[in-house]
Amino acid sequence: MRHRKSGRKLNRSNSHRTAMFKNMARALLTYEQIRTTDVKAKELRRVVDKLITLALRNDLHARRQAYKVLGNHQLVQRLFDEIGPRFAGGQGGYTRIIKLSQPRTGDCAPMVIIELTKKASDAPAPEKVEEKAADTAAKEAPAKKAPAKKAAPKAEAPAEETAPAPEEAPVEEAPAEEAPVEEAPVEEAPAEEPDPKKEA
Amino acid sequence: MAVPKKRTSRSRKGMRRSHDHVAVPNVVYCECGEPNLPHRACSVCGNYKGRQVVSGDDA
Repeated sequence: MRHRKSGRKLNRSNSHRTAMFKNMARALLTYEQIRTTDVKAKELRRVVDKLITLALRNDLHARRQAYKVLGNHQLVQRLFDEIGPRFAGGQGGYTRIIKLSQPRTGDCAPMVIIELTKKASDAPAPEKVEEKAADTAAKEAPAKKAPAKKAAPKAEAPAEETAPAPEEAPVEEAPAEEAPVEEAPVEEAPAEEPDPKKEA
Repeated sequence: MAVPKKRTSRSRKGMRRSHDHVAVPNVVYCECGEPNLPHRACSVCGNYKGRQVVSGDDA
């Protein structure tokens, strides 16, 4: 019977499973965001959340317990000195799982991204991060309509300014030198260029 | 051995199979306008809950 046996086996022996979650915990604490399968991510939460709880305790014994999982003094130091303080006063919720739309090619396993809820990049300037996300998204971020509209005419304005400039330049050059001879190749050149693009 | 007494008619067969169908997935529309499965990051723009979750290649 399965009474009071929690956790998933994931078709692995105990040693294989332990080694895998150690590796995954190292990866998650190093990169703060990793992509894996849904089931592994759910199981990884148990490991990483406990590590961060150890970091919040922040004493010698906790460091040694964390080293038993991480096996890397630099990573333990990073966990206790950088990652842990971000979650100070927390009662959990240190990791977040975001499901991805596309399953894995090959076995159709549902994939997720598991990440620390408080990342190094978020801490100093969360507003800038949101703006960057809005800029990259551009089309799908109508939340701030004003900046989006401002950004659009600005983007168009320099394009218009730059566009007539090169057109004027050759016109000025042409009458200065032999006008009829050079105008002809200039007209031919743009006419020839679009054709191969259309063919391609 | 148990053996069917009567051949199953086309009607019976059809009635039995009336519930055999593939589930239709629910669809929500991302802010970018693409159809998407609910509770998942958009496969096109990589956004979830108004946040850029995935970078281009990973989406």
